[in-house]
Amino acid sequence: MMSRKFIINCDEATTICDKSQYGEVSFWGIIKLKFHFIFCKICGKYSAQNSKMTKVYKMKANDCKKVNHCLTTTEKDHIKKELQEQEA
Amino acid sequence: MSETSIKHTLDPNKWIDNYADYLYNYAVTRVNDNEIAKDLVQETFFAGLKSAKNFQGKAAERTWLVAILKRKIIDHYRKINSKKGKAEVRMSFYEDGDNEGSWIEERVPQTWDNDADKYIESEELKAIIDQCIDYLPEKYAMVFRMKTIQEFETEEICKELNITASNLWVIIHRARTQLRKCMEDNWFNN
Repeated sequence: MMSRKFIINCDEATTICDKSQYGEVSFWGIIKLKFHFIFCKICGKYSAQNSKMTKVYKMKANDCKKVNHCLTTTEKDHIKKELQEQEA
Repeated sequence: MSETSIKHTLDPNKWIDNYADYLYNYAVTRVNDNEIAKDLVQETFFAGLKSAKNFQGKAAERTWLVAILKRKIIDHYRKINSKKGKAEVRMSFYEDGDNEGSWIEERVPQTWDNDADKYIESEELKAIIDQCIDYLPEKYAMVFRMKTIQEFETEEICKELNITASNLWVIIHRARTQLRKCMEDNWFNN
């Protein structure tokens, strides 16, 4: 039956939903997901909450990009000393 | 002169000044732990020194050191993955039987308090996200951070961690469903 191709369970639907948060879902994936949402309100709720979570994660990602992690001079000196001992 | 004909050389005396920060930043964004990142950088320099005689000059010095660091990160990742007592992923869906693939009742998404939206940019929320990520098994936390927080390409993560794309999506899916539940319990409905 044609429609069986579009029938997926909640685990599969939410997996597609998660992939869609990164823009990595195929056209057919989106069709299957939309079809699933017609019958499953729980996954529809998951999808709405997932978008909200993505917004939060994006904010976190932007914060992290601003930070440049560096070693202190003391830490570098310590590694230098250890390296010199290894070389000797 | 073409790029391929350049023969690169190593100068270990300048490694720390030239590459320590770059390697440290590279490591810390992947392991999310300053001390572990520092150890990995140090181990990378030691390993570099040890295998300097095998350096053929085909890659630039930094590229060669990054390749060593990548191996160190994968080794670390394997080590933590095999540790006993690691955090567990709680399944949100039935794995077999008639209900296979359906939501487990206690994990079904609940309606969130609307007020929670107002505080979406608060520092407290960011701290709770970190806590919830820390509850994940380290492998899941690492893949999730790399994909979602550090925004690496799927292909790059798979190559670095030696996993398939379908493994990656299973991990991302399980991590996100667990994080959703954790955030629901500790923030949105708290």
